[in-house]
Amino acid sequence: MAGRAHKYGDHIDTDIIIAARYLVTADADELAQHCMEDGDAEFAKRVRPGDYIVAGENFGCGSSREHAPIAIKASGIACVVAKSFARIFCRNSINIGLPILICPEAVDGTAMGDELEVALAAGRVRNVTRDREFQAQPFPAFMLEIVEAGGLIPFTRARLQKAGARE
Amino acid sequence: MPGMTLTEKILAAHAGRERVVPGEFVLAKVDLVLGNDVTAPIAIREFESIGVDTVFAKDRIALVQSHYVPNKDIKSAEQAKVMREFARRHQIDLFWEVGRAGVDHAILPQEGLVVPGDAVVGADSHTCTYGALGCFSTGIGSTDLAAAMATGECWLMVPKTLRFVLTGQRRPYVSGKDIILYIIGMIGVDGALYRSMEYTGSAVADLEMHDRFTIANMAIEAGAKNGVFAADAKTRAYCDGRAKREPVYLEADADAEYEKVYEIDVSQIGLQVAFPHLPENARPVGEARGIRIDQVFIGSCTNGWIEDLRVAAEILRGRQVHGDVRAIVIPPTREIYQQALREGLLEVFVEAGAAVGPPTCGPCLGGHMGVLAAGEKAVATSNRNFVGRMGHKDSAVYLAGPAVAAASAVAGEIASPEDL
Ligand code: SF4
Repeated sequence: MAGRAHKYGDHIDTDIIIAARYLVTADADELAQHCMEDGDAEFAKRVRPGDYIVAGENFGCGSSREHAPIAIKASGIACVVAKSFARIFCRNSINIGLPILICPEAVDGTAMGDELEVALAAGRVRNVTRDREFQAQPFPAFMLEIVEAGGLIPFTRARLQKAGARE
Repeated sequence: MPGMTLTEKILAAHAGRERVVPGEFVLAKVDLVLGNDVTAPIAIREFESIGVDTVFAKDRIALVQSHYVPNKDIKSAEQAKVMREFARRHQIDLFWEVGRAGVDHAILPQEGLVVPGDAVVGADSHTCTYGALGCFSTGIGSTDLAAAMATGECWLMVPKTLRFVLTGQRRPYVSGKDIILYIIGMIGVDGALYRSMEYTGSAVADLEMHDRFTIANMAIEAGAKNGVFAADAKTRAYCDGRAKREPVYLEADADAEYEKVYEIDVSQIGLQVAFPHLPENARPVGEARGIRIDQVFIGSCTNGWIEDLRVAAEILRGRQVHGDVRAIVIPPTREIYQQALREGLLEVFVEAGAAVGPPTCGPCLGGHMGVLAAGEKAVATSNRNFVGRMGHKDSAVYLAGPAVAAASAVAGEIASPEDL
């Protein structure tokens, strides 16, 4: 399914993704209303389910707050495509079930508002607007399993329900 | 096929695999899981949503009251309560009440709860400290902690490894802190992003355990996943009579593949100071000489070891803390506190006019017991000097080892022991 790209630069930190003043709530939908607020005040109004965030290097740097990927996921973003991710943001995204892909070429080849299609398992990013296709590292099967389960907690619940998983 | 690095070997062993290669994802069994008073309460809520009745092993989960000990306000008291009640409900063995509590990363090695060959994860970024013992240890998030408490497993990406070959003789007073600040100054705060930092070379044998803890502790300050030293005679001596489990002594294969090798002659490294507001702003102490300061903090999981307190006491003995400076000394654990008491070090600090606090992280994260006001400058033996780390966003932190910290307390400005 196609979605539009919301394009940003390098070093988008977790304070931009969700400002500390909103950390008093753990409600995902409320967080979504303030997602990207300090970097792109229009984002929350513009975003539609199935859209993509496309960003430069070190996306999600700064504080390790899990609220950041939660806010992005609750905004309806289908996948974040970046040149690189900060380590803890990367972990947190997988753990809460937000797909991410590293693909510098796709980032350089995409402008704000372009239509994209992302095939996660194959690691393919297609820019429909420009009729170009980019190959990212395929999303590891193991991570796909966690993301498809809805995150690490549902994934763990399912595994433990399988008899013997806990030995 | 090339051999494996130390980190790859430990991860392979815990993933039940013959071998692993960088970039691979593994579900590793972990030997110990750590949470503290800041991160455990969130993880406990998540744990409860998994819907299991029990934790994976009540003797493999450490819940440490580290940051606000004793509690500084109602919020920290509530957090401690959540953790305390969870520990009681699940009969978790590794929970310490105030009086026995203290800084997580100092308590676990001291109590022999982390041993060579282990894989350890903790919801605290400085969990990488235990790499000093020849184990794999790294920081994770609260959701990870919740899942690990339920399963005893954690998903990990096998990191590429950077090798640091240390040679040469250290100069007087140069400690692990100076070496790691120098390295971070050289490679930058993202110089080891996602990577493992493996230390080897002739100078490593001369590094004491506390120096190695300090170096491994700050791996995260270079963006690394972990820092690791293969266990040697000193590690074995440290573990003797301490280790609660059988250590597994591993080392890297001679033909292991490294992404990059750095050769460092430690005789070239002098005392270091990292200027605000990043650990990578490390410079020789001479360039900081004369900067007036308001506070000195000696403690934390980086440089609160008994050896660090000895160095500080040696400098403060018979001298006085400068009249314009607040000096705060905090032994990170009860054992270190008692040892310092027995050796008369605490007396030296109090005599010199320093305040000695009970084991806690305290001022390291601007938590309590020494928070900075706007415009104030501090020298701290901790590991982070980010904007606002020790208090107001307009305060500034200079990171250094215990020798520079103690000398600066006396001088009232940043100084090295030779300046006194
Ligand atoms: S002493 Fe400082 S760095 Fe260490 S665990 Fe405590 S707050 Fe974190």
